[in-house]
Parts: sequence; structure tokens; C-alpha cells
Amino acid sequence: MELHIFDDPVLMRLGPVPITETMVTSAIVTVVLIGLGAVMGSRVRSGRSDLLSTLALMTVESFDRLVEDIVGRRQTVVATIAATFFLFIAGCNLAGQLPGVHPATGSLATTSALAVLVFFSVPIAGIWSNGLWGYLKHYFRPNPLLMPLHVISELSRTLAMSVRLFGNIMSGHLVVGLLVALAGFLVPTPMMALDLLIGLLQAYIFAILSTVYIGAAMSVGEE
Amino acid sequence: MNDQLIIAVTAMASAAVTMALGAIGAALGESRIGAAAMDALARQPDEASSITRTLFVSLAMVESTAIFCLVIALILLFANPFTATTAG
Repeated sequence: MELHIFDDPVLMRLGPVPITETMVTSAIVTVVLIGLGAVMGSRVRSGRSDLLSTLALMTVESFDRLVEDIVGRRQTVVATIAATFFLFIAGCNLAGQLPGVHPATGSLATTSALAVLVFFSVPIAGIWSNGLWGYLKHYFRPNPLLMPLHVISELSRTLAMSVRLFGNIMSGHLVVGLLVALAGFLVPTPMMALDLLIGLLQAYIFAILSTVYIGAAMSVGEE
Repeated sequence: MNDQLIIAVTAMASAAVTMALGAIGAALGESRIGAAAMDALARQPDEASSITRTLFVSLAMVESTAIFCLVIALILLFANPFTATTAG
């Protein structure tokens, strides 16, 4: 049995660029999500009240309310970021349940890229809502001596976000693979059901944590 | 060969110890979170949605320490830099 835990199987090469399975999976998930969003958007705009438009309105409304609970006020930009993270990660996790598909979030490259996005969104959101000086000032509070700790906490939470998502999804996939190899057909079904739950939960947690971090950066001036 | 054997045995033993200790810590922490959440739910059933959200987030953050241990154990077993000649 071949184990791909830390490496990606390369499907083909475009000149010097290797095209890995992860890239193909995440691209397909992205295209499906964008297509679904376009269809839902046109349904909502046309004013019809069918299943897809109601689903779209419910999703947008629930993320708006989530951000309102965490940040304290309605922030469409933050809600957009959180919903994008949730839908992409949940789509990748659930696509991993299809036979023969390796989940894109089970690769350290994908999760690191997502965590780096959050890492850069935090200071951008902070500067956007507090101004450059207002945001930089919070590094030196309550005491300038604590500045290294602020920096370390931002780096370590980025690492923790990427490794948490990667570890959860990869370990779930690995357990199912081992059970198939050891016990055979139908035995891993309960574990796959657990993977469905964990996949959605981890996507939700990634969205919540990014909202919390961005919200904290936006409200540094209000203490 | 002898050195490789020692490295392989040490890696397996340390992966087992890593996983065992990491699982103990995460299990104790998660049980405390669960008990506290049950307590809070019994006292304030109206706050159920807020408590449940916080519960899930805290559970995931505590569980991530166990997941870190799992990743370290898998690195020791499958991506060990000192047994690079044997890894596929």
C-alpha cells in the first residue's frame, strides 16, 4: 500500500510546473462553487423563491449573523471572507469522501496557503479600520516588552491553523484507508460518517477562528 | 545497518510515546470542557447556541494539540529525515 501523507502525487507536468492531484481537486471545487454561486445569485436577483435562492439567502444571513455576534457589528467584508473559507474548506473536505478523490485540504500546501491568507488579512483589516498607527500601537500595549510575544502569537496561530486542518482531514482519510486495507468493504462506513462531521466542523472552526482574529484586529482601538 | 535499526526502533518507540501522552492530555482537557459546557447549559438553557459554538471551538483548539502529536508521530514514522534512504 502506498502512503501519500506529506507528499502530493504528481499527475503531469506543464513545463517546469508539476500539476498535483491537490491542485486539480481544489480547482474543480472552486469551479463548482463559483458556478453554484452564479446560479444562486441570478435566482435571488430574479426574485423567485425556490430552493436554491432560499438556500443562498440562508447562508448569507447566517454568516452575517455569525460575524455580528463575534465582531459586534455587521461587516459584509468579514462575512464574505468567513463564508468563502467555510464553503471552500467544506467543499474540499466533502469532495474527499468521493471514491478515489484525495481531499485538497489533506495536503499541507493547501492548508498553509489558507492560513497565510488569514495571516495577511489580519493586519490589512486592522489598518483598514484603525489606521496604520492605530493598528501598530496595539503591539506595544500593555507594555512594549510584550511586543515579541504579540509577534510570536500571530506566527504560532498561523502554524496551528494550518496543521490543525491538515491533521484532522489527513488523519480521517488515513484511518479510512487503513480500515479498507485491513478489514475491507463497509467496515469503514462509521468512520466515513465521522469524517463528514469532522470535515464540516473543521471548516466551521477555520471560518470562526479567522473571523475572531480579523475581528480582534479591527477592534484594537476600542479597548 | 545497525545504526539504521537503532534509529528505526527509536522512531517507532518515540512515535508511540508521543501519541500516548498527546492523547492523554487532550482527553483530560476535552472532558473538562465538556463537563463545564454541560454545567453552563443546565444553568442557562437560553444561551444554548452561544455555549455550543464556544464549546465546539474550544474542543477543536484543545484537540489540535493531539493532532499536532499525531503529525509529529507520522513524521517520525514516514518522513523521518534520519531514515531518508528507506522512505519511498
